[in-house]
Amino acid sequence: MNRHVLSVLVENQSGVLSRVSGLFSRRGYNIDSLSVGETEDPKVSRMTIVVRGDDYILEQIKKQLNKLIDVIKIVEVNPQQSVFRELAMIKVNTTMETRASVIEIVSIFRANIVDVSSETLTVEMTGDESKIEAFINLMNNYGIAEVVRTGLAAIERGSKQIKNQKVNEEE
Amino acid sequence: MKASEAIVKCLINENVDTVFGYPGGHILEVYEALRKSKVNHVLVRQEQAAAHCANGYARVSGKVGVCIATSGPGATNLITGIATAYMDSIPLVAITGQVNSMKIGRDMFQEADITGATESFTKHSYLVKNENDLPRIIKEAFYIASTGRPGPVLIDIPSDIQAAKIKKLAIPETVNIRGYKPTTKGHIGQVKRAIKAISESKRPLIIAGGGVILSHAQNELLQFVEKTGIPLVHTLMGKGSLPTLNRHYFGMIGNHGFSGANRAVSKADLLIIIGTRVADRTWGGVSDKISEGMRIIHIDVDPAEIGKNVGTHIPLVGDAKTILTQMIDRIEKINTDEWLSELNSDKRAAGKRATDLVNPRHAIETISKKLNDDAVIVADVGQNQIWAARYFEDKIDRRFLTSGGLGTMGYGLPAAIGAKIAAPKRQVLAVVGDGGFQMSLQELGTISHKKLGIIILLFNNSRLGMVRELQERFYGKVNAVELDKNPDFIKLCDAYKIKGIRVTTDSELEDAFDKAIRHKGPFLVECVVDPNESTLI
Repeated sequence: MNRHVLSVLVENQSGVLSRVSGLFSRRGYNIDSLSVGETEDPKVSRMTIVVRGDDYILEQIKKQLNKLIDVIKIVEVNPQQSVFRELAMIKVNTTMETRASVIEIVSIFRANIVDVSSETLTVEMTGDESKIEAFINLMNNYGIAEVVRTGLAAIERGSKQIKNQKVNEEE
Repeated sequence: MKASEAIVKCLINENVDTVFGYPGGHILEVYEALRKSKVNHVLVRQEQAAAHCANGYARVSGKVGVCIATSGPGATNLITGIATAYMDSIPLVAITGQVNSMKIGRDMFQEADITGATESFTKHSYLVKNENDLPRIIKEAFYIASTGRPGPVLIDIPSDIQAAKIKKLAIPETVNIRGYKPTTKGHIGQVKRAIKAISESKRPLIIAGGGVILSHAQNELLQFVEKTGIPLVHTLMGKGSLPTLNRHYFGMIGNHGFSGANRAVSKADLLIIIGTRVADRTWGGVSDKISEGMRIIHIDVDPAEIGKNVGTHIPLVGDAKTILTQMIDRIEKINTDEWLSELNSDKRAAGKRATDLVNPRHAIETISKKLNDDAVIVADVGQNQIWAARYFEDKIDRRFLTSGGLGTMGYGLPAAIGAKIAAPKRQVLAVVGDGGFQMSLQELGTISHKKLGIIILLFNNSRLGMVRELQERFYGKVNAVELDKNPDFIKLCDAYKIKGIRVTTDSELEDAFDKAIRHKGPFLVECVVDPNESTLI
């Protein structure tokens, strides 16, 4: 089961997210993560969907998504030519004794500390999934109180853009 | 102008002259606007029937069928009809009332999230939040429903939006939806590849599906078949794509198709699949392994169907009629004489089962001979559907309607109403079983009220016959299929002022059908059938 990252441009209106997520559940496709937000055009939202599946499943996902009227364009993002980022906020249990070593790891990962309390330390970090996983694994030694992750966002390198117009093959 | 009047004006602008519906509290505004208009409203007796009527109407008229219901239970009753249309790709616009837009989500009286509930079986849906969007939304809804792969579109309109004022009604002339640009014309490179594959094949076979009927490509298909000499089999939904008596016609495939037709599929070296998703019930009949090295050309307007259920070597996305036209000009006759004679020798005539009661096959064949060349036959679901599909003779102008995808019992009677209203001059025959008939009995009221000259052919075996067959095959015992306390259907029809005859032997059929055809107005022919009658007769 390969992992694929899809960038999906959709109309920015209510009901679209439900249509997209409903499609995945009713056709039995698995979503690893889904993130969505407005684009440079306020009428268009961009979803980054991480899915798992073989070639057949991926092909079906793309075709079925394309059938949704609100879906404008779907591009499978090539990991070699793209930047993937995810934001995570991790609340770590700390004591007087452990705080310094947590801060040390935070600095190695180039993450930021955004809040401190007497029992916890909250870390904000961006990165690809492997970086975040690695950090979380290390923090497990101290005890994690909470993790919030946004899911992956993807953008292609270079001047390439995903245009928000569906091209009619006949034209 | 009131938004409700604008809605009706927009419908008229879409060439709508007939709608099927059932009024209620949150659709009152629309009904008041309808009252003042020239639109013919057909009052059904339950909302599900409105959707089936619109389905039958759409399939016979070639237009988009329209059904209307109120919020809550009215809307939820439509659901089965909408899903039925979705599975068979029938163009439908369903309009539902909704509670006041400011109160949505508070579980008001007769509130239901119908856009949510129908999400997985509408092609698209709208919950109208601004009355000024209505002209665009209605325009888009008809466009989406009728283009590409057709399907149902739902428009949910809150009561306050219906009552709002629109300053000036401006109906857009064109539709531009950036996420929806269906392909109709076949890619020329692929067309050439397909033609090359056909010219190289020795045993090509066409599998025609419902897409041929939906794109009105029967004449093009006939030309294609005649020009190339390629034999044809069809799916349940593809019934009527080629006249039964054509020498290239080899019958219906699938679980309930003809074994010869199914064998033809496994013997072919090239399949030309046109307008069908080749669902389980179709492919399931092809029991033998398909031949090694068989190639598949798949023509479908919906790219998502290509490669979904069967592998494809040459995909051809586009409208069946357009692509067949593209191919007819470029293709040449191939020598299929040997292949045709092989298929002909494999056509084993199925024997008729002897019975003291009515033989359903004999009944279908008899009425098929008597009906006009442009008759419409609507089959319900179950054994009656299979008998009708196997033995009703297709002619180029005849139409066969049934719920092939969802398999909705109770479809037959209301769909026949829609068909008759779409084409009052054509004969309409509804073939139903005693099970499915009782799922839509209330529509006898609509038939009687509108004086619709539909012939109802009821196969009464006092059983849910198809389920009985399945239970006997898989479990050797039956459960919950006996309908021994059936009402007297002749008396029941009489209560609705519908004439009827009960036929208990084959010898009475001729006379009964003659009476039914001569009679002006609705007529029931009830055929008493042996409970042990099978579909594979």
